[in-house]
Amino acid sequence: MTGIRFERVSVAYDGTTVLDALDLTVEPGEVMALLGPSGSGKTTALRAVAGFVRPASGRVFLGGRDVTGLPPHRRGIGMVVQQYALFPHMRVADNVAFGLRAQKVPRREIPARVAEALEMTGMGEYGRRYPRELSGGQQQRVAIARALAVRPGVLLLDEPLSALDARLRSGMLAELARLHRELPDVTILYVTHDQVEALTLADRIAVMDRARLQDVGTPRELYRAPRTEFTASFVGNANLLPVTVGSTGVAFDGVELQVDTQGVAKGAAATLCVRPHLVGLGPGPNRLAGVVGEIQWRGATHRLYVDVGGHRVMADVRELRRPPAPGEAVEMHFAPEDAVLLAAGVSRD
Amino acid sequence: MTRRLTWALPPALLLAAAFLYPLALVVRQSFRPDTGGTSLQPYTDVLGSVAFREALWTTVWLALAATACCLVLGFFLALVIAFVPFPGAKAVARFVDVFLSFPSFLITLALLFLYGTVGMANGLWTEVTGAASGPFRFLTTPWGILLAEVTYFTPFVMRPLLAAFSQLDTAQVEVAASLGARPGQIVGRVILPEALPALAAGGGLVLVLCLNEFGIVLFTGAKGVTTLPMLVYSKAILESEYPGACVVAVVNVLVSVGLYGLYRVVSRRAGA
Repeated sequence: MTGIRFERVSVAYDGTTVLDALDLTVEPGEVMALLGPSGSGKTTALRAVAGFVRPASGRVFLGGRDVTGLPPHRRGIGMVVQQYALFPHMRVADNVAFGLRAQKVPRREIPARVAEALEMTGMGEYGRRYPRELSGGQQQRVAIARALAVRPGVLLLDEPLSALDARLRSGMLAELARLHRELPDVTILYVTHDQVEALTLADRIAVMDRARLQDVGTPRELYRAPRTEFTASFVGNANLLPVTVGSTGVAFDGVELQVDTQGVAKGAAATLCVRPHLVGLGPGPNRLAGVVGEIQWRGATHRLYVDVGGHRVMADVRELRRPPAPGEAVEMHFAPEDAVLLAAGVSRD
Repeated sequence: MTRRLTWALPPALLLAAAFLYPLALVVRQSFRPDTGGTSLQPYTDVLGSVAFREALWTTVWLALAATACCLVLGFFLALVIAFVPFPGAKAVARFVDVFLSFPSFLITLALLFLYGTVGMANGLWTEVTGAASGPFRFLTTPWGILLAEVTYFTPFVMRPLLAAFSQLDTAQVEVAASLGARPGQIVGRVILPEALPALAAGGGLVLVLCLNEFGIVLFTGAKGVTTLPMLVYSKAILESEYPGACVVAVVNVLVSVGLYGLYRVVSRRAGA
């Protein structure tokens, strides 16, 4: 069982810090998603584990062993990248056997190991093919089989589904979840910019932005109780409303709203986070009145953009029989327990 | 159809007038011995001569050896330029492009300055030891020609290789390393196989160019080394033996075309 530990890892290119003092521990057998926009440092963190970038400072541990100075081929990891990076001149079986041969696995064991890895990814029938004869999704399965064949303690996945179209992606997402159930000992570091992938697959999510770790937690924690505005808006959609904290609630645009104000000083400016799907149409507690700016039909739901005192509030409601027209006045509400108060200053450092 | 023909005609005529007609004259001349008439006499004379067979052998082994050396050296140098990050790698790659435009005798001239009988190396030697002459005489031997050809033609191998390397997905190299492959294994099992078409292209070009190289052989002044182009030159210009010169020229063309054809077949098999 191999865990991953970052100890104040910083990476800089030409004087620009692309990863700033990352402290993060991935438990053995855990799936940790590194979630963030491009340029957030998430891929750099993965490359530091693989050994492709050398940290300017800090240490990287794999299974308790300091690997900071170790070359990539001695780290015992498996890696899958966005564009598959299969070896085009080798058949699928030889691609999968590559790591076994490189690691001098006894020759007679190789065919069985290759078959096992290909079976696991549902590619057992394709060993004789060349990569160019496969579809994108099949190529990515082979790439995963190639990484798993060496039985790595740590599997690094760098945007593995980004090159696939939406339907294939959700299928592969289920496949990856199944693989992890079958291989519970493998620690997975999963780099993605897609919150759905992170929410679906990860045991915990590390949210990154501008070279820094912003937040770590289980998907549920981050979704239900984000600690920063960035997390709130990057993990799921969020209405972020500027409010002033009062004694029993907050004031938004002159309206008193009942929310839990624990931990935030009275009179302070704060941000109120409400998920769009938890905002309802019609009267109720914590009433917000505004004018519909735009309305989108999304099949099962309607997305309303409502102007409330100059702030745009999003509401996702079940498909409406008679949706309001833009310019129409509407009332909305949300339950006190569905709102999270973010203290100002936590939002962006 | 007629319009297409109208467009095709001028270049075809130009090609015929400028290239095919003189070539046909050479071929015709090779069947016309000085004694008059048309016969195979020039061929039996030339092909039977020791001088010709030696020249043919020298030409072929020099070309093959130079090509092999260029491939090895060019692959290694291109590998370093493309994959070992060092300051100035881009500038070196640019210089390779410029190098291709140099005339071949320039390299030989430069080597003469270095290793010629009155060159710098021998000059330094005589100055230091007081000897009458220096030890470096290889320039007038086949090895001197080999050195000059390898120096001059290696960039011809590097150019297509650098292009191929720039196309190679670096993620492949990284994934290979993550799977436990050492640098040597990565070069041998990932980079080299993918560079084969480029190696074949560069090697085929160098082989044909070496077979026909004249300037380098002439400029080294290697008197004992005669290649086919040198033989044509000496027969035609020095001995005024035109039918013989034309025979050698025809053989030279056939060897070039033959090897080029072989290279095309092989490289197509290799999937280039």
